[in-house]
Amino acid sequence: MNHLDPQRHVRGESQYLDDVPVQQGTLYAAVYESPLAHGVLRGLDLSAAQKAPGVVRILTAADIPGRNQIGGIVPDEPLLAEGHVHFRGQPVALVLARTERQAHAALKFIKADIEPLAIITDPREAAAQGELIVPPRTFRIGDSAGAFAGCAYVFEGVAETGGQEHLYIETQAAYAYPTELGGVKIISSTQGPTAVQRHCAVVLGLGMHQIEVDVTRLGGGFGGKEDQATPWGCLAALGAFVVKKPVKLVLDRMADMRMTGKRHPYSSDFKIGLSQDLKIMAYEVTYYQNAGASADLSPAVLERTLFHTTNAYCIPNVTATANSCRTNLPPNTAFRGFGGPQGMFVIESAITKAAEELGVPPSKIQRRNLLREGDLFPYRQPAEMCHAEQAWDTAAELFDLAGERAAIAQFNQRNQLFKKGLAMMPICFGISFTKTFMNQTRALVHIYTDGSVGISTGAVEMGQGVNTKIAQVAARTLGISIARIKIETTNTTRVANTSPSAASATADLNGKATEMACQALRERLLRHASAEFAVDYEGIQIENEQVLAAGIPAETTWEKLVSSAFVRRVALTENAHYATPGVHFDASVEQGHPFAYHVYGTALTTATVDCLRGTYTIDAVRIAHDFGQSFSPAIDRGQIEGGAVQGIGWMTLEEVSYNEEGRLISNSLNSYKIPDLYSVPAVLDVHFLDTPGHPNAILRAKAVGEPPLMYGIGAYFALRDAVRAFQPGVALPLVAPMTPERVLGGLYPEFVAVAAAKQVVAE
Amino acid sequence: MISFFLNDQPVHTAEPAASALLDFVRYHEHLMGTKIGCREGDCGACTVLVGELAPDGQRIAYQSMTSCLTPLGNMHGKHVVTVEGINQASGQLTPVQQAIVDHNGAQCGFCTVGFVMSLTGHSLSEKPATEKNTRAAIDGNICRCTGYKALERAAATLTAELAERPSTNSVQWLSNKQFVPAYFEAMPGQLAALRAEVALAEAPAATQGNGQSPSGGAVSTSPNGHAQSQNGHANSQFAHATHPLLSGGTDLLVQQLDTLREQPVRLLFDHGPRGIRHEAGVGRVVLGAATTASHLLESELMRGLLPRLPDYLKLVSSTPIRNMGTVAGNFINASPIGDLTILFLALGAEVTLANAGGVGRALPLADLYVGYKKLAKTADEQVTEVSFPAPQAGDFFNFEKVSKRTHLDIASVNTAAWLRVENGVIAAARISAGGVGPVPLLLRRTGAYLVGRELSAETVAGANEVMQEEISPIGDVRGTAAYKRLLLRQLLFAHFLRFAPEMTLAELI
Repeated sequence: MNHLDPQRHVRGESQYLDDVPVQQGTLYAAVYESPLAHGVLRGLDLSAAQKAPGVVRILTAADIPGRNQIGGIVPDEPLLAEGHVHFRGQPVALVLARTERQAHAALKFIKADIEPLAIITDPREAAAQGELIVPPRTFRIGDSAGAFAGCAYVFEGVAETGGQEHLYIETQAAYAYPTELGGVKIISSTQGPTAVQRHCAVVLGLGMHQIEVDVTRLGGGFGGKEDQATPWGCLAALGAFVVKKPVKLVLDRMADMRMTGKRHPYSSDFKIGLSQDLKIMAYEVTYYQNAGASADLSPAVLERTLFHTTNAYCIPNVTATANSCRTNLPPNTAFRGFGGPQGMFVIESAITKAAEELGVPPSKIQRRNLLREGDLFPYRQPAEMCHAEQAWDTAAELFDLAGERAAIAQFNQRNQLFKKGLAMMPICFGISFTKTFMNQTRALVHIYTDGSVGISTGAVEMGQGVNTKIAQVAARTLGISIARIKIETTNTTRVANTSPSAASATADLNGKATEMACQALRERLLRHASAEFAVDYEGIQIENEQVLAAGIPAETTWEKLVSSAFVRRVALTENAHYATPGVHFDASVEQGHPFAYHVYGTALTTATVDCLRGTYTIDAVRIAHDFGQSFSPAIDRGQIEGGAVQGIGWMTLEEVSYNEEGRLISNSLNSYKIPDLYSVPAVLDVHFLDTPGHPNAILRAKAVGEPPLMYGIGAYFALRDAVRAFQPGVALPLVAPMTPERVLGGLYPEFVAVAAAKQVVAE
Repeated sequence: MISFFLNDQPVHTAEPAASALLDFVRYHEHLMGTKIGCREGDCGACTVLVGELAPDGQRIAYQSMTSCLTPLGNMHGKHVVTVEGINQASGQLTPVQQAIVDHNGAQCGFCTVGFVMSLTGHSLSEKPATEKNTRAAIDGNICRCTGYKALERAAATLTAELAERPSTNSVQWLSNKQFVPAYFEAMPGQLAALRAEVALAEAPAATQGNGQSPSGGAVSTSPNGHAQSQNGHANSQFAHATHPLLSGGTDLLVQQLDTLREQPVRLLFDHGPRGIRHEAGVGRVVLGAATTASHLLESELMRGLLPRLPDYLKLVSSTPIRNMGTVAGNFINASPIGDLTILFLALGAEVTLANAGGVGRALPLADLYVGYKKLAKTADEQVTEVSFPAPQAGDFFNFEKVSKRTHLDIASVNTAAWLRVENGVIAAARISAGGVGPVPLLLRRTGAYLVGRELSAETVAGANEVMQEEISPIGDVRGTAAYKRLLLRQLLFAHFLRFAPEMTLAELI
């Protein structure tokens, strides 16, 4: 959102990709996708489709002028299938027709000759068959195997989390035009314009300078348009390049759901060892990540799982191994939290299991083991400016943990039909791209002769408010009104070689670059003012559009200052480069200092289960969060509320399901449910912790994008707590999401067991 | 020709009657404020307002609808309002828009217009502006970002502002307060003029029966009123008995938009009868087939007979879909899990079917279903009326539904129960259940088992055993077969815990 975007949004005047006025001669594209999850692609019969009304051309892998390759981390992903198909929904051919309806109508005339091969959908099965995307990685600190011997208690178990569909309300789309110099301009709904540019160049066999990618805003991204906007950008560009006409490609909702990857499901084995006084002495975990058919961002997601293996706890002996497993599903990809939530769910599961077995509240173990200043993470970065205990203690006190617990116990004592549960969820999330080189960006700032300002950065606006923050940073730094500032579209010809808007780091990186550019411009203008108006350079400043000399308004305003500087031939444009200082990581030993800083917080969640129907409500989520020094509290609160609700969705009702043939069953909004107005907790309080922020954070306001998602994990454990109030001692599996079906199964375990036994007999 | 007002402009179009209003608005009229999110009525990004002239011709009743599922033909003679039609020309924000901006209710902005339209529709409605009603107005709008809390805060601000709204002539007040532009005040006259113009152009229609305007939506007084006999609408003029029937569109435009828009259709939404009446003499309640779920909800008669109807219907789809979806449409869609079907099965409903020649016959609703999506009716037969014996004072009725998400979701299992208890003994019973067989089930054996027994935990346990034999659920995206069996047992318990509050869960399990 630009600072004026809300006004445009409510009037329906904000332009998204499908709203861009269509150029004359535009062709519409539709994607023919693999009908099978795995097989040898023997041939394609396009003859009938080519004769269908309005069809202009059908493109296949053979029509790609450059390399048929769009893999970002590992080159293992063709743009259009060639030789084999690896998942249902994999793009095989691209139909170009005069209307969108004609393009879609032609799809059903295409026949693919595919010889089926065995299908794997389960990550453990893939690992057993050696189907790994990259070699397994292990983070290790201390000696976990040795430490278990000295533990008073050791518990083992399995934890599983499901996928999550991004469900950005604007589906994936791109609009490409051939340019007069033989290149392509692409309007793309992407979080990573440079990724689209780079892969298009490879596919078309052109230099990157021949591809221009422009992004105004996205109707939601959440990670789903980080790498996975690329195929659609490349396909539209391929069409435009080959046919020399504008090509528009907009996925319909069901195609989007079938063809794109989601949050990675994980299945994990854990073992946790505690001392007599509940200190966690050792933790071992093996993750099986369901990566889907190609790498996409899976290795990076896996890496972040390892970085967040111990969440907000200090554990001296840790061995964490992660496997990225290749299955015949769409390639899973980035989703807010990026592997962190999956890792945190497992440690929380381990703690909960230990607590249940020991008959103590999980919060007792959680609080006992929180990170303190200087504690080492398993990757050896120390916790610096650590607020884990502050966040917990503030939440426990402010939201009355003891009182809540007593009230719930009393309620449960008195009620048979309804039971309540409670969970504390501390979080610790590292801010930075874990690939150190990605922590760089540029800002291009123009001051026009009338004093207005245009700013281009690598940031993509998708509702997180980054453009407003950048405008705020510029206004503060230049000392002018925000009304003078326009944030331009994100365009690869103005700001090149950018990292995607991801990793919660977009405002930090692009804000810092903007701050640097604006500081340089301000200094230049003040030097000019000092010469022009013969005042002492020391002590001149610009505040509220006024030039002040030693605090006294000088004979000039911002507008006059700018125009006089121009006349004196002072440069009014600045291009600044920012690279996060101090971050490094050595993957050969899995050690280093990968994060600029960490964000802390704690949520207290309460839930009520209807023990008759298995339905439930998440009653309250109260959060104490480490914002640092927020300068956009309204935006930041929105990020916390939105992230928490998305996390609750992932942990409760959002259930991605594929059948054994690799076909998506939850394939539309009527079979895949995300939180609606009524599923949001009645109470969702956000308390701004009093913390100093971090010098690496923009204006000391910490990143807010991803951390709050993990508060949602508390909803799972609060529900589990409530179910156990009805069925004390029930051995509930640690499987998320906690759908009404799983809740009812937990409330009436004997019924499920009997039904399962009957089914076995029947078969 | 379909004629209507789109914002402040009259529109006459020959686009297909079964095409989606959304496509017309976006790609024909290039009004891009209305967004496409899902094309199945589940996200609300495409919400528009549809206004219908009241019988007195003096005011327009506006309802929110998801334009992706709104057949263009159903707009004939109406006022369609998109966000462009409520924006103040000056660039000033309406109070609805301002509240959303002030409370930071827009993040990525893609869903925002849908919220704006739903809340504007609520402002224009005659429902009391309580906080509950204001929230209910946006129950069909999904915000993935997700700004619900901010939107709730905006809704609360709006509720306070609307407290001042007069109960009569509210459009003038709303126009003064800039909720809507001034042209809204003249719209009843404009619509009346449009309809007169259309009636003139379609002269044969004027010679018809009761003088009712072709799409005016007045309640039909003809018990056998249906499309054929009320023809006069250009789009259905050439439609034959073999052409598909299209009502609110909430199922058919999801399932077969592409094929429907290629052919003439028989439009029912405004041409089928809508009224709900109590025929006290025969003790039956009769509903016109085009009665929508919203009509049920607003009917004092229905609420009097089923006091908890608002609670049941809150679980059925969302406000915009309830405004469009008809009772008969729900029956004919034959979903094994249709909420209204399940509710009416337990009420003992009967449908009146009429063929092309206008010859009617009555059929118990339960007998309409002969197999998965197979109906005991000929292609040219259509439902004209639905009726059911009015429950008597003292009768028990309950509807239960569990879905993955409580609201705006399709049930995993739904069930309804009606009991008449005399002297502590069950004298008559009807139990229905959805999602546990290929068709919506009236559980006759379970019902029969109950008759003659006492309202006791033992009876419930016995009924459950019979019921488990009577159902045949399969596992699908809405749950495993074992879950559905367990869930239906639980919901049967729920019925009886309501009917006999002295029973306890512990007794039942």
